[in-house]
Amino acid sequence: MKIIPLWLHKLSSPPAFYRFAGRLRPWLFGSALLLGAVGLYGGLVLAPPDYQQGDAYRIIFIHVPCAWMSLFGYGCMAVAALIALVWRIKLAEVIAMECAPVGAAFTFITLVTGSLWGKPMWGTWWTWDARLTSELVLLFLYFGVIGLFNAIEDRRRAARAASLLALVGIVNLPIVHYSVVWWNTLHQGSTVNLFGKSHISGAMLWPLLLMALATHLYFFASVLNRARVGLLAVEGGKDWARNLIAESANA
Amino acid sequence: MHEFFALGGYAVYVWPAYAVFFIVLAWDWIAPAFRRRQLLNELRGRVAREQLRRARSAPTQDSRKAASA
Repeated sequence: MKIIPLWLHKLSSPPAFYRFAGRLRPWLFGSALLLGAVGLYGGLVLAPPDYQQGDAYRIIFIHVPCAWMSLFGYGCMAVAALIALVWRIKLAEVIAMECAPVGAAFTFITLVTGSLWGKPMWGTWWTWDARLTSELVLLFLYFGVIGLFNAIEDRRRAARAASLLALVGIVNLPIVHYSVVWWNTLHQGSTVNLFGKSHISGAMLWPLLLMALATHLYFFASVLNRARVGLLAVEGGKDWARNLIAESANA
Repeated sequence: MHEFFALGGYAVYVWPAYAVFFIVLAWDWIAPAFRRRQLLNELRGRVAREQLRRARSAPTQDSRKAASA
């Protein structure tokens, strides 16, 4: 039986996805808030101060999850962009374009919180070091995708052009990730390792992982939230959208 | 309590970092609602204009009756 491919096929139709996203959105957002609250309580209240950095290290609980999300968001955008370019699926175009502002938001937070962490620890807000510069380039890549998408009148052509740009920008992802290995930088290496030993105590690790989970859930909630509006924008003339407009006018 | 908010002297760096995190994500969550409202207004206007055009070009039965009477 091919139940899952069939379900996916149905889900890729805009009205079905619009309803699906509407149902899933509150659950994702709610669980992100809940896990985030527990994670922040663990990070700000329960976790002890760092032996070297004192309480300044507590920025880690937002800085690191957001930095992971800035890369993860770009990856999601690139996958959707590839699907959009190869199979020309309208939903993939919309999702690729709606990943960009969310990823840009996380990249921006990463840069600002990193700067606020750098001042007391390194003595400077900013330095042109490999990790910081490649993360800034990532932000500009997001801006480039958003800008190109908004510069072309036809929504579908705009999405395909911006998708191509998103694919080219993938080159930057390994550069951001390995920048602390390839170059001598001020930025510290990875603290948490998926494979192998993490260099962090358990009392600090679990809030960090919980925050990472919360930001992932938030990312999906936000992309669904945005994709609903994006779908309405491309499908404005279709029957399902017209019915929806009529309903919202009566309400 | 005061000690908690002071964060060992690092409060001026840590709290603004958290403020940026919450403000940017709150904006990210709310912005689509504004875009949606604007879009619905636009689409509603388009539907209304089309109905008006159709009513003008193809008179309804009532208006035809009124014209022949």
